[in-house]
Amino acid sequence: MRLYALFVYVFLYLPIAVIAIFSLNAGRHASQFTGFSTQWYAKALSNPFVMEALWTSFVVALCSAIIASIFGTMAALGLQGMKGRVRVLADALIYVAVMVPGIVIGIATLIALVTLFGWINPLLALLAPEGRAPQLAMGYGSLIAAHALFSMSLVIIILRARLAGMDRSLMEASADLYAPPLATFRQVTLPLIFPGILAGFLLSFTFSFDDFIIAFFVAGSETTLPIYVFSSIRRGVTPEINAIGTMVLAVSLLLLIVAQLILRSGTRKGGR
Amino acid sequence: MQSPFNEIDPGARDSNSLIAEFREATKRYGDVLAADALSFGIRRGEFLSFLGPSGCGKTTALRMLAGFEVPTSGIVLLDGQRVNEVPAYRRPVNMVFQHYALFPHLSVAENIAYGLLQRRPRPDRADVARKVDRALEMVRLPGFGPRRIWEMSGGQQQRVALARAIVNEPKLLLLDEPLAALDRKLRREMQIELQTLQRQLGITFVLVTHDQEEALSMSDRICIMRGGKIVQSGSPNALYDEPISRYVADFVGKSNFIEGVFSHGPDGTGRILTPSGQLFEGRVSQPLAPNAKASLSIRPEQIELTHVSRGGAEQVTVINRIFLGEHTEYLVRHAALGDLLVLVARQAEASEGGFAPGDTAFIGWAKSTALILVQD
Repeated sequence: MRLYALFVYVFLYLPIAVIAIFSLNAGRHASQFTGFSTQWYAKALSNPFVMEALWTSFVVALCSAIIASIFGTMAALGLQGMKGRVRVLADALIYVAVMVPGIVIGIATLIALVTLFGWINPLLALLAPEGRAPQLAMGYGSLIAAHALFSMSLVIIILRARLAGMDRSLMEASADLYAPPLATFRQVTLPLIFPGILAGFLLSFTFSFDDFIIAFFVAGSETTLPIYVFSSIRRGVTPEINAIGTMVLAVSLLLLIVAQLILRSGTRKGGR
Repeated sequence: MQSPFNEIDPGARDSNSLIAEFREATKRYGDVLAADALSFGIRRGEFLSFLGPSGCGKTTALRMLAGFEVPTSGIVLLDGQRVNEVPAYRRPVNMVFQHYALFPHLSVAENIAYGLLQRRPRPDRADVARKVDRALEMVRLPGFGPRRIWEMSGGQQQRVALARAIVNEPKLLLLDEPLAALDRKLRREMQIELQTLQRQLGITFVLVTHDQEEALSMSDRICIMRGGKIVQSGSPNALYDEPISRYVADFVGKSNFIEGVFSHGPDGTGRILTPSGQLFEGRVSQPLAPNAKASLSIRPEQIELTHVSRGGAEQVTVINRIFLGEHTEYLVRHAALGDLLVLVARQAEASEGGFAPGDTAFIGWAKSTALILVQD
């Protein structure tokens, strides 16, 4: 059984390790290690297409994570106030949303947005008949919207757990000590759930930064880093791709670890 | 303007001396009546306890005073003002929560300053710091201001919770089972401290507890509650000596009950006829109908335990002996009356000689110490 477990880990991590190792390859080919070098990192970082895709990914990840954190927090607080069956149903739907395959979300979002644009664009044309009406299309907006939508459920799940573990009498104590509801939210609720919000933000950022499937459907003419990598691979795997992959991996891992640390230290302080 | 007649007019004095009052206050949760037409006044400066088992409505009464529950009907008055819908944050009332509810993200000093800092206009910083320091000294935690909450022991957290409430100088301090989470020794200490603090500050304390010892030892007045109603209120002594029903006698202190059928005796006394055919006499403080089911209540310390029978004594067998220091508690078994508790003072035991489990002994009591009570 131990051997079996060992093999599982080898199969899981070997390909990743290979990518990381070959990103340091001096040679041109991805299958032959000819010497140590960081030249492919330099090459990747000086490639204008890579940098543009990186920038797109960064902007999309940042915006969608901010939107998801704000609306996810509001939704979690709203759910907290609900009672009985409605809440159970709402909670269940959130978990379902996380488990729906990315390809379904991608297609669904694409169809929904195309239909929506189909309704709105003629209206816009009507308002500005000079033929200069702005036309809505896939791009930054649809990417951010789709990612924010999905990430929101992550934020809600994290915050629901945190709110459920919070002593309700803390809010009562604050009210008892003359703080009106908004002051209680600012001085007690928000500080106590803030680690959860931050962790949700980081997870959302990581999700959006790494996502290929949803982005592939709704990106329009924009190119995010995962889309760039995918299209480059069709022209052959170069160590440059390995370097990009390793960097993305490092950033994602770092954010995930930070999110975990925040969540854990938060529960220790807030928990009782 | 104070009228000179206030001194002699009990009605006028009463309405002035009440800091809070329930008038027919009812709280209903669905089908459950948590408070059933409560009518009751809390006197300025007193230490009052609501005593009863869980679910008797004592916490609901407290929460209506705090502003966490709005009565379904009736009125809650605070210092003469109707406050039914006034939210908790606008009431000059503070509460010590059962599990303290201290803010974990704030230091001890920040917790205590919380209430002061909500005031508008914002109070002077130095003034707040001074008040916080004084409150810490009052609960005997000087210098603990910078500590974090989770660094404090349970007893210390309890004191911080107390300081956080009294620093605001509320008109009413509400305590929701504040000592329940402490161990026995600490609880005794805090009982004495709470009492001392209440006398020092002159703030009206309202305590909710299910622990009769706690209520008896600290309160000026106790309200015994049951099913959302106040069954009886009075000083600890009055409740102990003159309970109006078996429920109260059972809840305040320990007592032995002999059940039977009531009949009138001479000079306002009464008799209880037990199913075994024995007749016992006792005092009657509440009107009782002949042939009503009733209980004769005898406090354990009022029973005399002897080796030889004296006039009218009942024969019993000693079952168990618990040495309590000043007193020894005996459990004795009577053939018809069942098990009875007897508390023998150290001195009496010394002169009579001790009893061992299995011994045959005799119990007797003065008729005036037995009280006939409604079975409820």
